[in-house]
Amino acid sequence: MTHQIIMAGFGGQGVMSMGKILAEAGLKEGKNVSWLPSYGPEMRGGTANCSVIISDEPIGAPTVTEATTAIVMNRPSLDKFEKDVLPGGHLLINSSLIDRKATRDDINVYYIPANEIADELGTGKIANMVMLGAFIKVTNAAKEDTIMEYIAEVFSGKNADIIPLNKEALKRGADCIK
Amino acid sequence: MAKELWKGNEAIAEAAIKAGCRFFFGYPITPQNEIPEYMSLRLPQVGGCFLQAESEVAAINMVYGAAGAGARVMTSSSSPGISLKQEGITYIAGAELPCVIVNIVRGGPGLGGIQPAQSDYFQATKGGGHGDYHLVVLAPDSIQEAVNLVQEAFDIADQYRNPVMILGDGMIGQMMEPVEFTEVKRRQLPEKTWATTGLRGRKEHNIINSLFIDPAACEQHNLKIFEKYAQIEKNEIKVEEYNLEGAEIVFAAYGTVARIVKNAIKALEKDGIKAGLIRPITLWPFPKANFLKAAEMPSVKAFLSVEMSMGQMVEDVELSVKGKKPVYFYGRTGGMVPTPKAIVEEAKKILGGAK
Repeated sequence: MTHQIIMAGFGGQGVMSMGKILAEAGLKEGKNVSWLPSYGPEMRGGTANCSVIISDEPIGAPTVTEATTAIVMNRPSLDKFEKDVLPGGHLLINSSLIDRKATRDDINVYYIPANEIADELGTGKIANMVMLGAFIKVTNAAKEDTIMEYIAEVFSGKNADIIPLNKEALKRGADCIK
Repeated sequence: MAKELWKGNEAIAEAAIKAGCRFFFGYPITPQNEIPEYMSLRLPQVGGCFLQAESEVAAINMVYGAAGAGARVMTSSSSPGISLKQEGITYIAGAELPCVIVNIVRGGPGLGGIQPAQSDYFQATKGGGHGDYHLVVLAPDSIQEAVNLVQEAFDIADQYRNPVMILGDGMIGQMMEPVEFTEVKRRQLPEKTWATTGLRGRKEHNIINSLFIDPAACEQHNLKIFEKYAQIEKNEIKVEEYNLEGAEIVFAAYGTVARIVKNAIKALEKDGIKAGLIRPITLWPFPKANFLKAAEMPSVKAFLSVEMSMGQMVEDVELSVKGKKPVYFYGRTGGMVPTPKAIVEEAKKILGGAK
């Protein structure tokens, strides 16, 4: 099984972190992984995206031009990447910030109000983890426990109090997928 | 040691430190900035020296000085910055000094762009600066290979007293992949008796210079350097052959593009077309014999060089194949990356015509 994932949004929405967390979790589960960012003059408010591959096979190209899943956090990302999802693939849309529906009917589309859920949890910054929770529920690309294991490693010591918040965000995202 | 997720640029810097590099001189440029950034953190921790120079020209001349004093030294830059360093590089090659130079290539010419490219192939493999000289040029296709090659690069440089270039593209610098810092086999290296470190009881000064004002002496110096290059061509070629058995079309590609080509090869196989790949890991010395051998295989109808340039390595492929089979080119440039799909279409077009 090979997951070829595009994650995209505004700079500052945590798109790169979401990809890194997923790649780290994949590595922990013994998979082959790669993480390739768009890079350049991006800044908060600009557009950012990354390509993540998680596979049982050795990874060829680290670029993703045909995605098994695309996660789009804002409208320009939906406009740009909807066409790149393989037929039968998944498209996860942050419906809090994206005011249109997907136009394709040959893919599975999920609408997740990530920012609204994040605000309910107390901080909009956690919207990326809500999307990630929905993503792993849809694809099983990584286990929630593995992601939390990594999160616990990163936020140790005085930052440890935000670990439960991340867990809750993953769960609330997963709950959006029926 | 378990595998860890590393960003290419940082992994390259850590590999250099593991290889004993203790001096780094550089100047910032995207997409390689994480190399100097990481070095500025790590070198002081291991008793080394990081210095951000006032320009690329200053940085490469600091490398010249440290190399002359026998230190393990590295610099890194991206295309426009490497152009600025060319004067220093030819002096270092002329003075027969070891060092490692990393070029994380971006689109050109001129300031170009900051996205990945391979359009510095000519500059890297054909000299770059003035005079008759070569760099040993190593082109990794993954972060793991980059880590291994960087460590070996310091040994190659010391063994032959010649600069070694690591040629990556923006993707190698920016992407993250699992890496294991395994112990790379170290070579038996001669003492640096030539280094300018003071007399230390000797009667004669060591002098490091690239000036040979007497033309006969200058020619002799060139001949001596080229004897060394002949040894390098004999001993140091690295190449990966992939899926060549029964291949109708043989791709030539290096670095990250070779990985994209491997995806294309799998896609072609599904359509019943057998394709193979020759991936030069050393771009200089170039694995000519591997291409000639493939050209003599009856199954092979054509070669296709795929590059992120307007067609540079393709010339070395043509020279190696010696006209025995047609050689074609497909490339994207200026920071654009070829897709597996486009490569498949190109291969089919060629085979359609070759039949």
